[in-house]
Amino acid sequence: MAEILPLRDAIARTVGDGDTVALEGFTHLIPYAAGHEIIRQRRTGLHLIRMTPDILYDQMIGMGCAARLTFSWGGNPGVGSLHRLRDAVENGWPGPLEIEEHSHAAMANAYDAGAANLPFAVFRGYVGADLPKVNPNIRYVDCPYTGERLATVPAIRPDVAVIHALRADREGNVLLEGIVGVQKQAVLAAKRSVVTVEEIVDELEDGSPNRVILPSWTITAIAEVPGGAHPSYAHGYYPRDNAFYIAWDPIARDRDRFRAWMDANVMTKGPEDFARHPRRHRVGEDA
Amino acid sequence: MSHTATEMMTIAAARALRSDHVCFVGIGAPSAACNLARLTHAPGITLIYESGTIATRPDVLPLSIGDGELCDTALVTVDVPEMFRYWLQGGRISVGFLGGAQIDRFANLNTTVVGPYATPKVRLPGGGGAPEIASGCGEIFIIMTQSRRSFVERLDFVTSMGHGEGGDHRARLGLRTKGPTRVVTDLCVMEPDPATKELTVTSIHPGVTREAITEATGWPIRFAAEIAETPPPTATELAVLRDLHERTRRAHSSSA
Repeated sequence: MAEILPLRDAIARTVGDGDTVALEGFTHLIPYAAGHEIIRQRRTGLHLIRMTPDILYDQMIGMGCAARLTFSWGGNPGVGSLHRLRDAVENGWPGPLEIEEHSHAAMANAYDAGAANLPFAVFRGYVGADLPKVNPNIRYVDCPYTGERLATVPAIRPDVAVIHALRADREGNVLLEGIVGVQKQAVLAAKRSVVTVEEIVDELEDGSPNRVILPSWTITAIAEVPGGAHPSYAHGYYPRDNAFYIAWDPIARDRDRFRAWMDANVMTKGPEDFARHPRRHRVGEDA
Repeated sequence: MSHTATEMMTIAAARALRSDHVCFVGIGAPSAACNLARLTHAPGITLIYESGTIATRPDVLPLSIGDGELCDTALVTVDVPEMFRYWLQGGRISVGFLGGAQIDRFANLNTTVVGPYATPKVRLPGGGGAPEIASGCGEIFIIMTQSRRSFVERLDFVTSMGHGEGGDHRARLGLRTKGPTRVVTDLCVMEPDPATKELTVTSIHPGVTREAITEATGWPIRFAAEIAETPPPTATELAVLRDLHERTRRAHSSSA
């Protein structure tokens, strides 16, 4: 059964130095508040996994949390590069970052295999591409029925998956809807999981019959953090803060400016500071 | 009405799309072209973004492939493993619309690194969905601003395969899809030669010279025997595109 905890305790009990951690979210429902808590607790040596590392991973890498990154697209969507990620890869600042690179199809399949308790994923991929030349974890099998040569990648099995969702009930069952990415697969593939939610409610009554539900017994810890996905978004609660993504670019370009921003907005803040975002940006209301 | 080279590029790219296309949309320039097509001559087009949104009809261009606008206006939204397994790998998408940082004469694309992989000069975002979009969609359209930096003799890294080393390379690797059939730039339209698959200029945008195209290409670019002049943008195309960009600019600048 999931334990409902303050975010500080949820992270302290589940994420250790050197762990393999997947903070997932495909543009929507990115767990910013949880990521900031990991930064504040000064975790180091993490092997971060994510299909689309964006600003949150830029922040975690720039603050020295990560030793390794497994990913398939690392950028600030629609804006450009992740400058902290680039600085780590190109110049080893603030420390060297080992990367393992895949395509989206490979990672989606690898999460699916992890959730299904399979050792690897098989798919039709990487044809004619150079990634298999630089990533020894991309291998091939011949189909035992047709002889077709198919790509394989190892299943993703993180120590910890961290996601943000819309609601949980008091039993710890979690609901998410909208663009749901690979969050269900990430939680089911992981040994432990932390889910931050917009709100905890008596009953998960709203939503379509095909909404994604993670039952309480698949989750380790839940923390209520309203606004916890900002500047990403929570469907039906608040929209994506695209202007923030644009504004991040000059902040991240400069090491000193980045550190100053992190001190002011992360290191000296707490999860409760996210609560102003849904109030300010509630869907259907003027900002 | 006067227009910019980028507007001509977007409009020429949009014209390649039809109402019956099922199109996997890359972010940025492809997204603008695909939505322009939907808002003008191809209202029935099915636009799919890799975030899982199928048959989406955004009012403004999304900044990312997963803006809420895409989900709000989609026929259905599926999870990302389903998107890549059932829809792309399943062969249900007729056109993939891609951009890139570098392209070569056989329309292979690089969005991974400039310089050596282990010690890159510039670390780019990486492939994302592109490696399998390039092999799994029925055909590929590419939209890119043309310059010697981007249209290069040799790619630093093949993120996604176009026609490989040319000729029947795709077929030899077991691919049955067509690969890149059209590259639209701010100067011209190129199509692969039917036999060699080398990109060949088939249409030149108004006011652009052959010399300008040669100068902006990092290999000795070939011109087709018969070359068309790209029809200039119509007043409607320009008005719809400018409206779309203006709505988008307003939407993305308001925030905390």
